[in-house]
Amino acid sequence: MSTVDRSVAGERLRGIPGPGAERGASKRTPDWGRVALQLTASPHIKAPDSTERIMWTVVASLLPVVLAAGWYFGASAWLVIATATLGAVGTERLLSGGASVRDGSAAITGILLGLTLPAGMPLWMVLLGSVFGIAFGKLLFGGLGQNVFNPALVGRAFLQAAFPVAITTWPVPRQGFLAQVGDTFALPLMSPAVDVTTTATPLADMKFEGTATALNDLVLGGTAGSLGETAGILILLGGAYLALRNYLDWRIPVGILGTVALLSAALNLVDPAFPDPLFMIFSGGLLLGAVYMATDMVTSPVTRAGAWIFAAGIGFLVVLIRVWGGLPEGVMYAILLMNAMVPFIDRATQPRVFGTVRGKEGA
Amino acid sequence: MFKRPSLVRLPGVRGMAARPGFRHGVHPPHSKELSAARSIRRMPFPAEVVLPLRQHTGKPARPLVKPGDRVERGDKIAASDGFVSVPIHASAAGVVKSIGWWPHPDGTMAEAIRIQVARFSAQLPRPRMVPHWEGLTPAQVVAAVQEAGVVGLGGAAFPAHVKLQPPPDCPIEFLLVNGAECEPYLTSDHRVMVEYTERVWFGVRIMMHALGVPRCVVGVEKNKPDAIEALRAAAPTDLDVRVEALTVKYPQGAEKMLIHAVTGREVPSGKLPMHVGTVVQNVGSIAAIAEVFETGMPLVERIVSVTGPAIKDPQNLIVPVGTKLRDVLAYCGGLTDDAAEIVFGGPMMGIAQPDLDAPLIKGTSGVVALTKAQARPRTVHPCIQCARCLDACPVFLNPSKLGRLAQAGRYEEMAEHHLADCMLCGSCSYVCPSSIPLSQMFSLAKAAERRRKEQAA
Repeated sequence: MSTVDRSVAGERLRGIPGPGAERGASKRTPDWGRVALQLTASPHIKAPDSTERIMWTVVASLLPVVLAAGWYFGASAWLVIATATLGAVGTERLLSGGASVRDGSAAITGILLGLTLPAGMPLWMVLLGSVFGIAFGKLLFGGLGQNVFNPALVGRAFLQAAFPVAITTWPVPRQGFLAQVGDTFALPLMSPAVDVTTTATPLADMKFEGTATALNDLVLGGTAGSLGETAGILILLGGAYLALRNYLDWRIPVGILGTVALLSAALNLVDPAFPDPLFMIFSGGLLLGAVYMATDMVTSPVTRAGAWIFAAGIGFLVVLIRVWGGLPEGVMYAILLMNAMVPFIDRATQPRVFGTVRGKEGA
Repeated sequence: MFKRPSLVRLPGVRGMAARPGFRHGVHPPHSKELSAARSIRRMPFPAEVVLPLRQHTGKPARPLVKPGDRVERGDKIAASDGFVSVPIHASAAGVVKSIGWWPHPDGTMAEAIRIQVARFSAQLPRPRMVPHWEGLTPAQVVAAVQEAGVVGLGGAAFPAHVKLQPPPDCPIEFLLVNGAECEPYLTSDHRVMVEYTERVWFGVRIMMHALGVPRCVVGVEKNKPDAIEALRAAAPTDLDVRVEALTVKYPQGAEKMLIHAVTGREVPSGKLPMHVGTVVQNVGSIAAIAEVFETGMPLVERIVSVTGPAIKDPQNLIVPVGTKLRDVLAYCGGLTDDAAEIVFGGPMMGIAQPDLDAPLIKGTSGVVALTKAQARPRTVHPCIQCARCLDACPVFLNPSKLGRLAQAGRYEEMAEHHLADCMLCGSCSYVCPSSIPLSQMFSLAKAAERRRKEQAA
């Protein structure tokens, strides 16, 4: 929408001879000074929400989660998140020319990637992951709005493939604020130089040892895991706030968590050796994934029916991978797989046009 | 009193009693308080009126006068050219100055008759016969309405008599009067319903007579309780009429949405209201038709809301058709310092005016002046697929998808995605957080598609 400056109209108003004079402009028109009339297409008013506001509000709603990560894992957690964010924003700035940094989407990608990583991860790996996520997960597709996969998860999938050990080296939480919980400052491609205390995540305990963690610890976050795994309550609160402002589609988290709860409840009924629904929901990255990753507007369906299908698919895949897969956690792959399905889901769930009958063209 | 008719039943449409709304739509602030309480006043005659020959949908009228001719107020100065066309009448007594190109409110230049208004004229119309409606056959009523140059005053300016003559294969069950006035800021229909209640019911009576329908429903948005009350209090007891309070939502006043709100029926894609047994007429047009049979005067003036935050003195005015924008603004105290854009019609679908010499015509329902803050150009971001446009579209299109196709110039594919059902209500553009000018793109795509079809034919 371009704006056309029609100061000519204003000049005519001041009585300066212009095209209006030949047309016999009314003499009674008072002198209002210069009026520049704009010409835009309708509608001429606009709802207050903007893409920037949506993105930056999402960033703000993530801040409590980031703070909690610092509380549990110390300053090294913040270093990881800050590095991921800088890497993402810097890559966006370098490769797409700058203007798109302001929309905030790169910052979200960086923070979310940071929250999926363990606290002690060497920073050079973190940086590499965020650069890869933005460059290959987003900009290669054409930038904001064009990408098929959630860029943060693309970055994480890359790290998982490249550094399978480092990304599953889980430091023990609450070692003190300034404790070095990992080989944070390792030089690229060097072997680890720092000995750190690590532990297993609740999901790994469940998968490989068959022991369940107490729900208390899961909900309140006193367990090992990635930075965003441990603040379930804060994630739910942030999600609820965003859903109330219509900044995320509530159907997706509700659908994912509902499907996981239903399926695991059914399995748990058949054989109590399977984890119970609450354990499933509060362990691992499910909450972060369901509330913040799967709801990425770009990589989720646009139709309401599609959102339910998408969510159910993710929930189903999460349970499948967690219970029968080789990995203890499957949220990332579940979301990425369903991301790839979005164009098909969208096509299959197009809304019925007013005044037509579904399935019949022209009606 | 009013059973849900069973003419068209679409599967997928819930069989329900009247539901005072429709699905989707948007909620712009209605901002009607600026002029809602201002009584209708008559504006003094300007020094000159300009009457474009094209003021209605259909063929432009043919001029009957030549420069230098003396005309009285109400004289026919241009004749209708075919069935979908209406004559144009002098809106003020004076002398025809010229017939030539003049800025048209749609942004183009168009042929117009300029009349120098007689300065000391009492503006009395010539003595005329007032047709008595009861003695007229429906065909004669239709002819009288056409001869009076009445068009739909809601904005589209579709000749009113055409709607009064539905083809015989479309039985009409009831008349639907559109008093929704869902565009923000506009209050002219509201004031008509409050102040000219009797005239509205008289017009309904004539319309029902002409159409031969037994029932009438008047739909009014709930944010005009005084209008609903006035209409109900004055409702004729010998007719089967009903006033329906509708949910306040844009675009409640779109024909298809209004019909759905009142009957639960969906007008099939590509069809007209008459295909579901109804005729929709704007409440202002109804009052204009009543006036024809009250005074015998053709449509030479209309009621306009001149409003918006950038107007110093917002008002509802009776304005002679053809009054120039600058004269109307001058009468309303002028513009404020932060004025940026002047729109004919409402802010959702209206047309921005580049020229203060453009005249107000029969279809101009309002003049809305917006401030710099409202009209400021916004940065367009890429579509983030937030789906707000899908939730807003009242005809359930996928504007996000259509927008992508439009950007790629794939107009033929857009037709497959039901572009033809888009009525350019602007709801998608209104909600788009990325400020993508969706409805502007669709309007261009429609024009391109029309051209393509014309070339193919």
